[in-house]
Amino acid sequence: MTATATDRLAQIVAQGVIDADLNVVVPSSADLFPYLPEYWREQINQTGFKGPGESSYPASAETSARPEAKPDGGPAGSSLALLQQQALDPWGTEIGILTCAYAVEAIHNPDAAVAMASAVNDWLIAEWLDKEPRLRASIVVPSQQPELAAREIDRVGGHPGFVQVYLPVRAEAPYGNRRYLPLLDAAVRNDLVVGIGFGGSPPNPPTPSGWPSYYMEEWAGMASIFQSQLMNLIFEGVFDRFPALRVTLIESGFTWLPSLLWRWNKEWKGLRPQTPWVRRLPSEYVHEHVRLTTQPWDAPPVEAQFLQIIDQLGSDELLLFSTDYPHWQYDTPEEALPPAGLPDALIAKIMRDNARTFYRL
Amino acid sequence: MPKHVVATVEEIPPGGRKVVEIAGRSIGVFNLGGDYFALRNRCPHQGGPLCLGKQSGFIHSPLPGEYEYSRQGEILKCPWHSWEFDIRTGQSWFDPARVRVRQYDVTVAPAQALLDREAPAPGLEPGPYVAETYPVTVEQQYIVIDLPG
Repeated sequence: MTATATDRLAQIVAQGVIDADLNVVVPSSADLFPYLPEYWREQINQTGFKGPGESSYPASAETSARPEAKPDGGPAGSSLALLQQQALDPWGTEIGILTCAYAVEAIHNPDAAVAMASAVNDWLIAEWLDKEPRLRASIVVPSQQPELAAREIDRVGGHPGFVQVYLPVRAEAPYGNRRYLPLLDAAVRNDLVVGIGFGGSPPNPPTPSGWPSYYMEEWAGMASIFQSQLMNLIFEGVFDRFPALRVTLIESGFTWLPSLLWRWNKEWKGLRPQTPWVRRLPSEYVHEHVRLTTQPWDAPPVEAQFLQIIDQLGSDELLLFSTDYPHWQYDTPEEALPPAGLPDALIAKIMRDNARTFYRL
Repeated sequence: MPKHVVATVEEIPPGGRKVVEIAGRSIGVFNLGGDYFALRNRCPHQGGPLCLGKQSGFIHSPLPGEYEYSRQGEILKCPWHSWEFDIRTGQSWFDPARVRVRQYDVTVAPAQALLDREAPAPGLEPGPYVAETYPVTVEQQYIVIDLPG
Protein backbone atom coordinates (compact mmCIF):
# COMPACT_ATOMS: atom_id res chain seq x y z
CA MET A 1 0.00 0.00 0.00
CA THR A 2 1.58 3.27 -1.04
CA ALA A 3 1.17 6.49 0.84
CA THR A 4 -0.45 7.96 -2.24
CA ALA A 5 -3.14 5.30 -2.35
CA THR A 6 -3.80 5.73 1.36
CA ASP A 7 -4.09 9.48 0.94
CA ARG A 8 -6.48 9.01 -1.93
CA LEU A 9 -8.66 6.70 0.10
CA ALA A 10 -8.68 9.15 3.00
CA GLN A 11 -9.66 11.96 0.67
CA ILE A 12 -12.50 9.97 -0.89
CA VAL A 13 -13.74 8.75 2.50
CA ALA A 14 -13.80 12.35 3.71
CA GLN A 15 -16.07 13.31 0.83
CA GLY A 16 -18.55 10.53 1.56
CA VAL A 17 -19.26 7.17 0.00
CA ILE A 18 -22.40 5.27 -0.90
CA ASP A 19 -21.87 1.54 -1.28
CA ALA A 20 -24.42 0.12 -3.71
CA ASP A 21 -23.73 -3.55 -3.06
CA LEU A 22 -23.26 -5.15 0.34
CA ASN A 23 -24.21 -8.79 0.62
CA VAL A 24 -25.83 -10.37 3.64
CA VAL A 25 -26.39 -14.06 4.17
CA VAL A 26 -29.03 -15.76 6.30
CA PRO A 27 -26.96 -17.92 8.69
CA SER A 28 -29.46 -20.78 8.81
CA SER A 29 -33.16 -21.41 8.44
CA ALA A 30 -33.35 -21.50 12.25
CA ASP A 31 -32.49 -17.79 12.25
CA LEU A 32 -35.69 -17.18 10.35
CA PHE A 33 -37.91 -19.02 12.86
CA PRO A 34 -38.89 -15.85 14.75
CA TYR A 35 -40.28 -14.54 11.46
CA LEU A 36 -42.03 -17.69 10.23
CA PRO A 37 -45.60 -18.81 11.00
CA GLU A 38 -45.90 -21.86 13.24
CA TYR A 39 -46.93 -24.09 10.33
CA TRP A 40 -43.75 -23.40 8.38
CA ARG A 41 -41.52 -23.75 11.46
CA GLU A 42 -43.00 -27.20 11.99
CA GLN A 43 -42.59 -28.10 8.33
CA ILE A 44 -38.94 -27.11 8.44
CA ASN A 45 -38.33 -29.00 11.67
CA GLN A 46 -40.11 -32.14 10.59
CA THR A 47 -38.73 -32.31 7.05
CA GLY A 48 -35.22 -31.18 7.86
CA PHE A 49 -35.44 -28.50 5.15
CA LYS A 50 -32.30 -26.41 5.40
CA GLY A 51 -33.54 -23.55 3.28
CA PRO A 52 -32.52 -22.77 -0.28
CA GLY A 53 -29.27 -21.15 0.80
CA GLU A 54 -27.17 -19.15 -1.59
CA SER A 55 -25.72 -21.52 -4.15
CA SER A 56 -24.51 -18.77 -6.49
CA TYR A 57 -21.60 -18.10 -4.14
CA PRO A 58 -20.24 -21.47 -2.99
CA ALA A 59 -19.22 -20.96 0.63
CA SER A 60 -15.63 -22.04 0.13
CA ALA A 61 -14.93 -20.74 -3.35
CA GLU A 62 -12.00 -18.30 -3.29
CA THR A 63 -14.13 -15.58 -4.86
CA SER A 64 -17.03 -15.93 -2.45
CA ALA A 65 -15.64 -14.37 0.68
CA ARG A 66 -12.50 -12.89 2.14
CA PRO A 67 -11.38 -15.17 4.99
CA GLU A 68 -11.61 -12.53 7.68
CA ALA A 69 -15.27 -11.94 6.79
CA LYS A 70 -16.36 -15.29 8.22
CA PRO A 71 -17.69 -14.93 11.76
CA ASP A 72 -17.39 -17.75 14.27
CA GLY A 73 -20.08 -20.28 13.56
CA GLY A 74 -21.60 -18.56 10.55
CA PRO A 75 -21.09 -17.85 6.86
CA ALA A 76 -19.41 -14.71 5.58
CA GLY A 77 -21.87 -11.87 5.35
CA SER A 78 -23.97 -13.00 8.30
CA SER A 79 -22.46 -10.71 10.93
CA LEU A 80 -23.52 -7.09 11.27
CA ALA A 81 -20.51 -6.36 13.48
CA LEU A 82 -18.07 -7.58 10.85
CA LEU A 83 -19.89 -5.73 8.10
CA GLN A 84 -19.64 -2.55 10.14
CA GLN A 85 -15.93 -3.09 10.87
CA GLN A 86 -14.89 -4.31 7.44
CA ALA A 87 -17.19 -2.60 4.97
CA LEU A 88 -18.87 0.47 6.47
CA ASP A 89 -16.15 1.94 8.70
CA PRO A 90 -13.08 1.71 6.41
CA TRP A 91 -14.92 3.58 3.70
CA GLY A 92 -16.70 5.98 5.96
CA THR A 93 -19.79 4.74 4.17
CA GLU A 94 -22.74 7.07 4.59
CA ILE A 95 -25.22 4.61 3.18
CA GLY A 96 -24.82 0.98 2.17
CA ILE A 97 -27.41 -0.98 0.24
CA LEU A 98 -27.84 -4.61 1.29
CA THR A 99 -28.76 -7.41 -1.02
CA CYS A 100 -29.61 -10.88 0.19
CA ALA A 101 -29.45 -13.57 -2.47
CA TYR A 102 -31.53 -16.01 -0.46
CA ALA A 103 -32.67 -18.24 -3.31
CA VAL A 104 -36.41 -18.42 -2.74
CA GLU A 105 -36.75 -18.74 -6.51
CA ALA A 106 -35.56 -22.34 -6.04
CA ILE A 107 -38.45 -23.27 -3.72
CA HIS A 108 -41.13 -24.97 -5.80
CA ASN A 109 -43.92 -24.76 -3.24
CA PRO A 110 -45.19 -21.22 -3.89
CA ASP A 111 -46.55 -20.74 -0.38
CA ALA A 112 -43.30 -21.89 1.15
CA ALA A 113 -41.43 -19.55 -1.15
CA VAL A 114 -43.58 -16.62 -0.01
CA ALA A 115 -43.22 -17.57 3.65
CA MET A 116 -39.44 -17.80 3.40
CA ALA A 117 -39.17 -14.54 1.46
CA SER A 118 -41.35 -12.75 4.01
CA ALA A 119 -39.28 -14.18 6.84
CA VAL A 120 -36.05 -12.97 5.24
CA ASN A 121 -37.48 -9.50 4.76
CA ASP A 122 -38.65 -9.28 8.37
CA TRP A 123 -35.24 -10.62 9.47
CA LEU A 124 -33.56 -7.90 7.37
CA ILE A 125 -35.66 -5.24 9.08
CA ALA A 126 -35.09 -6.55 12.61
CA GLU A 127 -31.48 -7.70 12.42
CA TRP A 128 -29.98 -5.16 10.03
CA LEU A 129 -32.08 -2.09 9.23
CA ASP A 130 -33.31 -1.48 12.77
CA LYS A 131 -29.78 -1.90 14.18
CA GLU A 132 -27.72 0.12 11.70
CA PRO A 133 -29.05 3.43 10.36
CA ARG A 134 -26.44 3.54 7.60
CA LEU A 135 -28.04 0.53 5.94
CA ARG A 136 -30.76 0.23 3.32
CA ALA A 137 -31.93 -3.11 1.94
CA SER A 138 -33.42 -4.97 -0.99
CA ILE A 139 -36.67 -6.90 -0.73
CA VAL A 140 -36.41 -10.66 -1.29
CA VAL A 141 -39.29 -11.92 -3.44
CA PRO A 142 -40.46 -15.23 -4.90
CA SER A 143 -39.74 -14.01 -8.42
CA GLN A 144 -41.00 -17.27 -9.95
CA GLN A 145 -44.49 -16.25 -8.72
CA PRO A 146 -44.79 -12.63 -9.87
CA GLU A 147 -48.26 -12.05 -8.39
CA LEU A 148 -47.11 -13.31 -5.00
CA ALA A 149 -43.91 -11.32 -5.34
CA ALA A 150 -45.99 -8.20 -5.92
CA ARG A 151 -47.94 -8.86 -2.72
CA GLU A 152 -44.71 -9.18 -0.75
CA ILE A 153 -43.43 -5.93 -2.26
CA ASP A 154 -46.65 -4.20 -1.20
CA ARG A 155 -46.38 -5.75 2.28
CA VAL A 156 -42.93 -4.35 3.11
CA GLY A 157 -42.30 -1.78 0.38
CA GLY A 158 -43.44 1.09 2.58
CA HIS A 159 -40.63 0.48 5.08
CA PRO A 160 -38.20 3.36 4.66
CA GLY A 161 -35.23 1.00 4.84
CA PHE A 162 -36.17 -0.83 1.66
CA VAL A 163 -34.99 0.96 -1.47
CA GLN A 164 -34.88 -1.93 -3.91
CA VAL A 165 -36.46 -5.21 -5.00
CA TYR A 166 -33.85 -7.91 -5.55
CA LEU A 167 -34.10 -10.23 -8.55
CA PRO A 168 -31.45 -12.83 -9.40
CA VAL A 169 -30.16 -12.34 -12.93
CA ARG A 170 -30.68 -16.03 -13.67
CA ALA A 171 -34.41 -16.57 -14.06
CA GLU A 172 -37.02 -18.83 -15.60
CA ALA A 173 -37.68 -16.16 -18.20
CA PRO A 174 -36.17 -12.75 -18.87
CA TYR A 175 -37.74 -10.08 -16.69
CA GLY A 176 -39.24 -8.12 -19.55
CA ASN A 177 -41.54 -11.07 -20.20
CA ARG A 178 -45.13 -10.03 -19.57
CA ARG A 179 -45.51 -12.62 -16.83
CA TYR A 180 -43.43 -10.31 -14.63
CA LEU A 181 -45.61 -7.23 -15.12
CA PRO A 182 -47.26 -7.52 -11.67
CA LEU A 183 -43.84 -7.64 -10.02
CA LEU A 184 -42.44 -4.67 -11.93
CA ASP A 185 -45.66 -2.74 -11.40
CA ALA A 186 -45.38 -3.29 -7.65
CA ALA A 187 -41.78 -2.08 -7.63
CA VAL A 188 -42.75 1.11 -9.46
CA ARG A 189 -45.87 1.56 -7.31
CA ASN A 190 -43.70 1.41 -4.20
CA ASP A 191 -41.05 3.69 -5.71
CA LEU A 192 -38.36 1.00 -5.48
CA VAL A 193 -35.40 0.28 -7.72
CA VAL A 194 -35.30 -3.19 -9.26
CA GLY A 195 -31.86 -4.61 -8.51
CA ILE A 196 -30.87 -7.48 -10.77
CA GLY A 197 -28.00 -9.35 -9.17
CA PHE A 198 -25.42 -12.03 -9.84
CA GLY A 199 -26.56 -15.65 -9.77
CA GLY A 200 -29.86 -17.29 -9.00
CA SER A 201 -31.22 -20.81 -8.95
CA PRO A 202 -33.85 -21.18 -11.63
CA PRO A 203 -34.62 -24.56 -13.19
CA ASN A 204 -32.63 -23.78 -16.35
CA PRO A 205 -28.86 -23.67 -16.86
CA PRO A 206 -26.75 -20.49 -16.77
CA THR A 207 -26.06 -20.49 -20.49
CA PRO A 208 -28.60 -20.98 -23.30
CA SER A 209 -26.43 -23.76 -24.69
CA GLY A 210 -26.41 -25.78 -21.49
CA TRP A 211 -24.40 -26.32 -18.37
CA PRO A 212 -20.74 -25.29 -18.25
CA SER A 213 -18.41 -27.64 -16.42
CA TYR A 214 -16.59 -25.26 -14.10
CA TYR A 215 -17.40 -22.51 -11.66
CA MET A 216 -14.99 -20.23 -13.47
CA GLU A 217 -17.34 -20.25 -16.46
CA GLU A 218 -20.38 -19.44 -14.40
CA TRP A 219 -18.52 -16.80 -12.39
CA ALA A 220 -17.10 -14.82 -15.31
CA GLY A 221 -19.83 -15.81 -17.78
CA MET A 222 -22.65 -14.25 -15.80
CA ALA A 223 -22.16 -11.03 -17.77
CA SER A 224 -23.87 -12.62 -20.76
CA ILE A 225 -27.04 -13.18 -18.71
CA PHE A 226 -27.05 -9.55 -17.62
CA GLN A 227 -26.77 -8.60 -21.28
CA SER A 228 -29.74 -10.75 -22.21
CA GLN A 229 -31.81 -9.38 -19.35
CA LEU A 230 -31.04 -5.76 -20.21
CA MET A 231 -31.75 -6.26 -23.90
CA ASN A 232 -35.03 -7.96 -23.05
CA LEU A 233 -36.15 -5.18 -20.69
CA ILE A 234 -35.57 -2.57 -23.39
CA PHE A 235 -37.19 -4.36 -26.31
CA GLU A 236 -40.13 -5.76 -24.36
CA GLY A 237 -40.85 -2.10 -23.69
CA VAL A 238 -40.93 -2.20 -19.89
CA PHE A 239 -39.39 1.27 -19.75
CA ASP A 240 -42.09 2.52 -22.11
CA ARG A 241 -44.77 0.90 -19.98
CA PHE A 242 -43.19 2.06 -16.70
CA PRO A 243 -41.49 5.40 -17.34
CA ALA A 244 -40.55 5.57 -13.65
CA LEU A 245 -38.89 2.14 -13.56
CA ARG A 246 -35.27 2.15 -12.37
CA VAL A 247 -33.02 -0.88 -12.73
CA THR A 248 -29.59 -1.50 -11.24
CA LEU A 249 -27.40 -4.31 -12.51
CA ILE A 250 -25.48 -5.62 -9.51
CA GLU A 251 -22.14 -7.41 -9.94
CA SER A 252 -22.60 -7.39 -13.69
CA GLY A 253 -19.40 -5.72 -14.82
CA PHE A 254 -19.87 -2.80 -17.18
CA THR A 255 -17.21 -2.72 -19.91
CA TRP A 256 -19.38 -4.97 -22.09
CA LEU A 257 -22.10 -2.36 -22.30
CA PRO A 258 -20.74 0.09 -24.93
CA SER A 259 -20.53 -2.52 -27.68
CA LEU A 260 -24.12 -3.56 -27.04
CA LEU A 261 -25.34 0.03 -27.05
CA TRP A 262 -23.73 0.52 -30.46
CA ARG A 263 -25.24 -2.68 -31.79
CA TRP A 264 -28.72 -2.05 -30.38
CA ASN A 265 -28.80 1.51 -31.70
CA LYS A 266 -27.75 0.26 -35.12
CA GLU A 267 -30.18 -2.64 -35.38
CA TRP A 268 -33.14 -0.77 -33.93
CA LYS A 269 -33.17 1.55 -36.95
CA GLY A 270 -34.13 -1.34 -39.20
CA LEU A 271 -35.98 -3.67 -36.82
CA ARG A 272 -38.06 -1.02 -35.08
CA PRO A 273 -41.40 -2.12 -36.58
CA GLN A 274 -41.19 -5.36 -34.57
CA THR A 275 -41.18 -3.42 -31.31
CA PRO A 276 -42.91 -0.15 -32.17
CA TRP A 277 -43.29 0.74 -28.47
CA VAL A 278 -39.53 1.33 -28.41
CA ARG A 279 -39.64 4.92 -29.61
CA ARG A 280 -36.15 6.08 -28.74
CA LEU A 281 -32.62 4.86 -29.31
CA PRO A 282 -31.98 1.89 -26.99
CA SER A 283 -29.01 3.72 -25.44
CA GLU A 284 -31.34 6.46 -24.24
CA TYR A 285 -33.31 3.95 -22.17
CA VAL A 286 -30.10 2.74 -20.56
CA HIS A 287 -28.96 6.27 -19.75
CA GLU A 288 -32.29 7.15 -18.19
CA HIS A 289 -33.30 3.93 -16.43
CA VAL A 290 -30.25 1.74 -15.76
CA ARG A 291 -27.24 1.83 -13.45
CA LEU A 292 -24.45 -0.67 -12.80
CA THR A 293 -22.36 -1.39 -9.71
CA THR A 294 -18.59 -1.27 -10.01
CA GLN A 295 -17.53 -4.64 -8.51
CA PRO A 296 -16.46 -7.06 -9.87
CA TRP A 297 -14.33 -4.46 -11.58
CA ASP A 298 -13.84 -5.49 -15.21
CA ALA A 299 -12.32 -2.21 -16.35
CA PRO A 300 -8.68 -1.47 -17.03
CA PRO A 301 -6.74 0.05 -14.14
CA VAL A 302 -5.37 2.69 -16.49
CA GLU A 303 -6.98 6.08 -16.19
CA ALA A 304 -6.99 6.88 -19.91
CA GLN A 305 -8.66 3.60 -20.84
CA PHE A 306 -11.22 3.94 -18.09
CA LEU A 307 -12.12 7.42 -19.36
CA GLN A 308 -12.60 5.95 -22.83
CA ILE A 309 -15.11 3.50 -21.41
CA ILE A 310 -17.02 6.27 -19.66
CA ASP A 311 -17.02 8.16 -22.96
CA GLN A 312 -18.25 5.09 -24.83
CA LEU A 313 -21.00 4.52 -22.27
CA GLY A 314 -22.23 7.97 -23.22
CA SER A 315 -22.85 9.00 -19.63
CA ASP A 316 -20.84 9.45 -16.45
CA GLU A 317 -23.92 8.78 -14.34
CA LEU A 318 -24.23 5.02 -14.86
CA LEU A 319 -21.68 3.61 -12.44
CA LEU A 320 -22.37 3.13 -8.75
CA PHE A 321 -19.47 2.42 -6.43
CA SER A 322 -19.72 -0.90 -4.62
CA THR A 323 -17.46 -3.00 -2.44
CA ASP A 324 -19.45 -6.20 -3.07
CA TYR A 325 -18.53 -7.11 0.53
CA PRO A 326 -17.85 -9.86 1.58
CA HIS A 327 -17.11 -11.26 -1.88
CA TRP A 328 -13.40 -11.29 -2.50
CA GLN A 329 -12.92 -8.87 -5.38
CA TYR A 330 -9.83 -7.05 -4.10
CA ASP A 331 -7.45 -7.20 -1.14
CA THR A 332 -7.29 -3.67 0.22
CA PRO A 333 -9.90 -0.89 0.07
CA GLU A 334 -7.56 1.14 -2.13
CA GLU A 335 -7.80 -1.50 -4.84
CA ALA A 336 -11.54 -0.98 -5.10
CA LEU A 337 -11.14 2.68 -5.99
CA PRO A 338 -11.56 3.93 -9.54
CA PRO A 339 -8.17 4.58 -11.18
CA ALA A 340 -6.05 7.45 -9.89
CA GLY A 341 -6.01 10.61 -11.96
CA LEU A 342 -9.69 10.76 -12.84
CA PRO A 343 -11.40 14.14 -12.61
CA ASP A 344 -12.70 14.88 -9.12
CA ALA A 345 -16.22 15.42 -10.43
CA LEU A 346 -16.28 11.96 -11.99
CA ILE A 347 -14.95 10.36 -8.79
CA ALA A 348 -17.67 12.09 -6.79
CA LYS A 349 -20.35 10.82 -9.15
CA ILE A 350 -19.17 7.24 -9.04
CA MET A 351 -18.46 7.12 -5.32
CA ARG A 352 -21.62 8.84 -4.14
CA ASP A 353 -23.70 11.16 -6.25
CA ASN A 354 -24.93 8.72 -8.90
CA ALA A 355 -26.35 6.40 -6.23
CA ARG A 356 -27.77 9.25 -4.19
CA THR A 357 -29.65 10.57 -7.21
CA PHE A 358 -30.80 7.21 -8.55
CA TYR A 359 -31.91 5.76 -5.21
CA ARG A 360 -33.06 9.18 -3.91
CA LEU A 361 -30.99 8.75 -0.76
CA MET B 1 -35.71 23.81 -63.05
CA PRO B 2 -35.92 21.28 -65.88
CA LYS B 3 -38.90 19.01 -66.01
CA HIS B 4 -38.74 15.43 -67.18
CA VAL B 5 -41.58 13.28 -68.42
CA VAL B 6 -41.24 9.87 -66.80
CA ALA B 7 -44.44 7.89 -67.27
CA THR B 8 -48.05 7.89 -68.22
CA VAL B 9 -50.47 7.97 -65.33
CA GLU B 10 -51.70 4.51 -66.33
CA GLU B 11 -48.23 3.12 -65.78
CA ILE B 12 -48.20 4.01 -62.09
CA PRO B 13 -51.64 3.26 -60.68
CA PRO B 14 -52.41 3.88 -56.98
CA GLY B 15 -49.99 1.72 -54.95
CA GLY B 16 -47.67 1.40 -57.94
CA ARG B 17 -44.19 2.65 -58.56
CA LYS B 18 -41.70 3.11 -61.33
CA VAL B 19 -37.96 3.61 -61.08
CA VAL B 20 -36.60 5.88 -63.80
CA GLU B 21 -33.22 7.21 -64.82
CA ILE B 22 -33.03 10.98 -65.22
CA ALA B 23 -29.82 12.86 -65.92
CA GLY B 24 -27.78 10.06 -64.43
CA ARG B 25 -29.91 9.82 -61.34
CA SER B 26 -32.08 6.87 -60.41
CA ILE B 27 -35.42 8.08 -59.08
CA GLY B 28 -38.47 6.19 -57.82
CA VAL B 29 -41.93 7.55 -58.62
CA PHE B 30 -44.74 6.39 -56.33
CA ASN B 31 -48.51 6.77 -56.55
CA LEU B 32 -50.13 7.02 -53.12
CA GLY B 33 -53.88 7.17 -53.63
CA GLY B 34 -53.59 9.36 -56.69
CA ASP B 35 -50.83 11.60 -55.35
CA TYR B 36 -47.40 11.19 -56.94
CA PHE B 37 -44.10 11.36 -55.10
CA ALA B 38 -40.57 10.99 -56.37
CA LEU B 39 -37.61 9.96 -54.24
CA ARG B 40 -33.95 9.52 -55.01
CA ASN B 41 -33.29 5.80 -55.35
CA ARG B 42 -30.41 6.04 -52.94
CA CYS B 43 -30.69 5.48 -49.23
CA PRO B 44 -29.00 8.26 -47.23
CA HIS B 45 -27.65 5.58 -44.91
CA GLN B 46 -25.29 3.62 -47.16
CA GLY B 47 -26.53 4.24 -50.66
CA GLY B 48 -28.80 1.21 -51.02
CA PRO B 49 -31.47 1.11 -53.77
CA LEU B 50 -34.14 2.51 -51.51
CA CYS B 51 -36.89 2.64 -54.14
CA LEU B 52 -36.70 -1.12 -54.68
CA GLY B 53 -37.68 -1.74 -51.05
CA LYS B 54 -40.92 -3.00 -49.61
CA GLN B 55 -43.77 -0.60 -48.97
CA SER B 56 -45.31 -0.79 -45.55
CA GLY B 57 -47.57 1.21 -43.31
CA PHE B 58 -46.69 3.24 -40.27
CA ILE B 59 -46.72 1.17 -37.09
CA HIS B 60 -46.97 3.05 -33.85
CA SER B 61 -47.52 1.79 -30.33
CA PRO B 62 -48.68 3.68 -27.26
CA LEU B 63 -47.86 0.65 -25.05
CA PRO B 64 -46.17 -2.73 -25.47
CA GLY B 65 -48.59 -5.12 -27.16
CA GLU B 66 -50.76 -2.37 -28.64
CA TYR B 67 -50.43 -1.76 -32.38
CA GLU B 68 -51.70 1.28 -34.23
CA TYR B 69 -51.25 0.68 -37.92
CA SER B 70 -52.01 3.40 -40.42
CA ARG B 71 -50.99 4.85 -43.79
CA GLN B 72 -50.58 1.44 -45.37
CA GLY B 73 -48.14 1.53 -48.28
CA GLU B 74 -46.81 5.00 -47.47
CA ILE B 75 -43.61 3.88 -45.72
CA LEU B 76 -40.69 2.67 -47.80
CA LYS B 77 -38.13 0.30 -46.30
CA CYS B 78 -34.63 0.21 -47.74
CA PRO B 79 -33.88 -3.32 -48.96
CA TRP B 80 -30.41 -3.19 -47.39
CA HIS B 81 -31.04 -2.34 -43.72
CA SER B 82 -34.80 -1.78 -43.55
CA TRP B 83 -34.55 1.88 -42.56
CA GLU B 84 -38.03 3.37 -42.92
CA PHE B 85 -38.76 6.47 -44.99
CA ASP B 86 -41.99 8.36 -45.40
CA ILE B 87 -42.73 8.41 -49.13
CA ARG B 88 -44.69 11.64 -48.74
CA THR B 89 -41.83 13.58 -47.14
CA GLY B 90 -38.66 11.56 -47.69
CA GLN B 91 -38.00 11.67 -43.97
CA SER B 92 -36.78 8.72 -42.00
CA TRP B 93 -38.79 7.50 -39.04
CA PHE B 94 -35.97 8.04 -36.59
CA ASP B 95 -34.00 11.24 -36.38
CA PRO B 96 -36.07 12.88 -39.15
CA ALA B 97 -34.21 16.16 -38.85
CA ARG B 98 -30.94 14.58 -39.92
CA VAL B 99 -31.86 11.59 -42.04
CA ARG B 100 -33.97 12.20 -45.11
CA VAL B 101 -33.93 11.09 -48.68
CA ARG B 102 -33.90 13.55 -51.58
CA GLN B 103 -37.37 14.28 -52.86
CA TYR B 104 -38.52 15.82 -56.12
CA ASP B 105 -41.68 17.62 -57.17
CA VAL B 106 -44.02 15.63 -59.34
CA THR B 107 -46.81 17.01 -61.49
CA VAL B 108 -49.25 15.60 -64.02
CA ALA B 109 -49.51 17.32 -67.35
CA PRO B 110 -51.76 16.68 -70.35
CA ALA B 111 -50.13 15.26 -73.45
CA GLN B 112 -50.78 18.27 -75.57
CA ALA B 113 -48.71 20.51 -73.32
CA LEU B 114 -45.79 18.17 -73.69
CA LEU B 115 -46.00 17.63 -77.43
CA ASP B 116 -45.50 21.09 -78.73
CA ARG B 117 -41.78 20.74 -79.28
CA GLU B 118 -41.52 24.15 -80.84
CA ALA B 119 -43.03 25.92 -77.81
CA PRO B 120 -42.93 23.61 -74.83
CA ALA B 121 -44.70 24.46 -71.63
CA PRO B 122 -42.52 26.54 -69.33
CA GLY B 123 -39.78 24.44 -67.73
CA LEU B 124 -40.70 21.29 -69.58
CA GLU B 125 -38.00 19.27 -71.24
CA PRO B 126 -39.57 16.82 -73.66
CA GLY B 127 -38.10 13.40 -73.09
CA PRO B 128 -37.77 10.36 -75.31
CA TYR B 129 -40.68 8.67 -73.68
CA VAL B 130 -43.11 11.11 -75.15
CA ALA B 131 -42.08 10.24 -78.64
CA GLU B 132 -42.56 6.58 -78.03
CA THR B 133 -46.13 6.96 -77.00
CA TYR B 134 -47.04 9.84 -79.17
CA PRO B 135 -48.99 8.06 -81.86
CA VAL B 136 -51.45 6.41 -79.52
CA THR B 137 -51.47 8.35 -76.32
CA VAL B 138 -52.18 11.84 -77.38
CA GLU B 139 -55.13 12.06 -74.98
CA GLN B 140 -53.16 10.77 -72.04
CA GLN B 141 -51.91 12.46 -68.92
CA TYR B 142 -48.18 12.27 -68.21
CA ILE B 143 -46.20 12.25 -64.98
CA VAL B 144 -43.52 14.92 -64.86
CA ILE B 145 -40.66 15.36 -62.40
CA ASP B 146 -39.07 18.67 -61.55
CA LEU B 147 -35.37 18.00 -61.37
CA PRO B 148 -33.32 20.80 -59.87
CA GLY B 149 -30.52 21.72 -62.23
